[in-house]
Amino acid sequence: MAARGLFKRRLGPLDYSRRWSLQLVFLASLVFLYVPILTLIAFSFNDSRRNIVWRGFTLKYYEKALGNSSLMEAFANSLTIALISTVISVILGAMVAILLWRFRFPGKAPLEGAMSLPIVIPEICMGVAMLAFFARIGWPTDLPWPLNLGAITIAHISFSFPFAAMVIRARLANFNRELEEAAKDLGASEWQTFRDILIPYMKPGLLAGGLLAFTLSLDDFVITFFTSGPDTVTFPVKVYSMVRFSVTPEVNAASTVLIVVTILLTTIAMWMQGRSEK
Amino acid sequence: MPDNDVMISIKEVTKRFGNTVTAVDQVSIDIRPGEFFALLGPSGCGKTTLLRMIAGFELPSAGQILIDGQDMEGIAPNHRPINMVFQSYAVFPHMSVFDNVAYGLKVSGVPRAEIGPRVEESLDLVKLAGYGPRMPDQLSGGQRQRVALARALVKRPKVLLLDEPLSALDAKLREAMQLELVRLQHTVGITFIVVTHDQKEALSMANRIAVMEEGQVRQLASPAELYEAPNCRFVADFIGKTNLLQGRVGGLSGAQVLVQVEGIGPVPLSGDKEMRGEVGVAVRPEKMRLRGDGPAEDEVGIKGRVAEIAYFGEVSFVYLTDAQGRSLSVAVPNHKRTGGGAILTGQDHWCCWRPEDAILLPE
Repeated sequence: MAARGLFKRRLGPLDYSRRWSLQLVFLASLVFLYVPILTLIAFSFNDSRRNIVWRGFTLKYYEKALGNSSLMEAFANSLTIALISTVISVILGAMVAILLWRFRFPGKAPLEGAMSLPIVIPEICMGVAMLAFFARIGWPTDLPWPLNLGAITIAHISFSFPFAAMVIRARLANFNRELEEAAKDLGASEWQTFRDILIPYMKPGLLAGGLLAFTLSLDDFVITFFTSGPDTVTFPVKVYSMVRFSVTPEVNAASTVLIVVTILLTTIAMWMQGRSEK
Repeated sequence: MPDNDVMISIKEVTKRFGNTVTAVDQVSIDIRPGEFFALLGPSGCGKTTLLRMIAGFELPSAGQILIDGQDMEGIAPNHRPINMVFQSYAVFPHMSVFDNVAYGLKVSGVPRAEIGPRVEESLDLVKLAGYGPRMPDQLSGGQRQRVALARALVKRPKVLLLDEPLSALDAKLREAMQLELVRLQHTVGITFIVVTHDQKEALSMANRIAVMEEGQVRQLASPAELYEAPNCRFVADFIGKTNLLQGRVGGLSGAQVLVQVEGIGPVPLSGDKEMRGEVGVAVRPEKMRLRGDGPAEDEVGIKGRVAEIAYFGEVSFVYLTDAQGRSLSVAVPNHKRTGGGAILTGQDHWCCWRPEDAILLPE
C-alpha cells in the first residue's frame, strides 16, 4: 500500500483541470473577464466625477442618465432596431435554414457559402460597404422616426440573419422526418404539418436564433457607426461619443442598465427554450 | 369495380430510384379484408418501399395500387383510408398522449364533442387508459408504441400499416406485443399489413406472408406452408433453419421423383416430376433424428461426427460433419430434466429422416 503511494500517477490529457499552471490561466481569464464588468457596475454608483477613487454610494448618475434625453433617445433607437431586426432575422433565417435543410437544388453549395459570408467578413469592410451602398442608391436620410432607422435596421438584418439560420439549421438536423410523415398520414395538410409539427420542433432554435440576433444588433458598433446619421444615433454609438470626452459615471450607469436588460432577456429566452425542449 | 374479397390490390408495381436501383420489381399482391398480412425479407429487399407506396410516401414508377377498389394514383397520404405505425413510432414529442391520439381527428374536422370519447376508447383499446395527460418523454418504449397504435386506430382506417413495429423492443416485450397485435387485430377487424425482417415475428402473427428478395415476391403463402413447403432455396433458407443437401434427379418411381443424394443413394421424394438435373433437398433439423446404429426401415440417413452442441433450453442443436464435409444440424428436444444429454462431441451418429419429410427444391 505504501509502495503504491510512491508512484505519482501521470496526469492524462483530460486531467488539465488538475494542473496548477492551467488553473492559474483559468483564474486569470475569469479575472480579465469579470473584473472590468464588475468595476463598471460598481463605479456607476460612485459619488465622484471621475472613475478613479471611491467616494461613496449614489444613484444620481442613474437619474442623470435617465434624464439625458439624447442618451435615452439612443437607447430607444437601439431597442427598436434590435426588435425589428430580430423578428425579421428569425423569419429570414428560418426560411433559409429550411431551404438548405430540406431541398436539393442547383447552386445550393454557393448559397451556403454566401450565407456564411457575413459571419466571416470583417465588420469594418461590411460597414464601409453599407455606407457606400446606401450613399450610392441615395437612401433618404430625412425620414421621420422610426422610418429613419431603416438603413441601420437593414444593415443589422443582413449580418444577423445568417447567425439565426445557422442555429435553426442545427436544430433541424436532428428532426425525425417520420414525425412529418406521421402527421400527414393522420390527415394533416402541408400547412397543418408545418404549423403543428415543424414550428413547435424548431421553437428552441427560433428562440436561440432570436436571442443571438437581438444581442448582435443591440451591441453592434462598427457597422452601425457607418450607417447612422446625426438623427439616428444608437446606444453604442452614443456611448462612444460620450467616452471621447471623458468616461463619466453616467456612461457606467447607462451601460449597467443595458447589461441588466440583456441578462434579463437572455434568462427569459433560455427559460422558454428549456420549456420547449422538454 | 370494387371487389369484396380484396382490400388492397397491388398490380405489377415497380419502384426505381434513379436509373440503377430497382427497389420493387413488378410486384403483384392481393390482400383480403381483415387479413393480417406480413411482408417479410432481409433488409434492402424492397418491403419497406412497398409499404411506403401503399401509404403514399413513395410513388410507384409503374403499376397500380388499389385500396378498397379505389385507384390511389394522385391521392396524397393524408387522403388515403389507411394509417401507419412508424418504426420510430413518431409520437409527437411536444404533445400529450391525449393530443397525440386526438391530432388525426382534429385535422380531419371531427366535431370536438366526439373527439374526447373516441380518444378514450382508443387508449382503452391499447391498454393506456388514464395516460392521456402524460408527455411522451414520461413513457417507456412499449408505451410509446401503444400511443402510435392508438393514434392510428382512432381514425378507423380500412388498413393499418406497421413498419417493423417490434424491432425497437426487448425480446420479452416483443413476444408479448406479438400476441397483443394479433388480439388487437381480432378486436378491430381491420386489415393489418406488417413489414418485418424477423421471420419468427411474421410466422407467429400473420395469416399470410409474402417473402421478398431483391424487390420481388419469392413466395406468398400461409406461415405453415412457407415453413413446410418452401418453393425455392431462398425461402427454405430464410424461414427457419434447414439442412440443404445437393442432389440429382435419377428418374421416376411411380408418383415420386428419385433423387440421388451423395452419401445416401436414391431417395424417393414427392415433388414436381418435371424437375431434371441438379436439385436441392431440404430437411428441417427437427425432422431429423439421431441414431447410433443406422436409419430405421422407413428412413434414410447420413453418418456424421458431432462437431458442436448448442444448447437452447427447450432443444439442443447438434451440428455434425459427414464424410463429404457437409454440415448437418439436428434438433434434439430436451425431454428430460436430467440425464438426457447422452450425445457428446466427437461421437459418430446417424442423422436419419423419413423421405416424406424432405422438401424437393429446384436448383
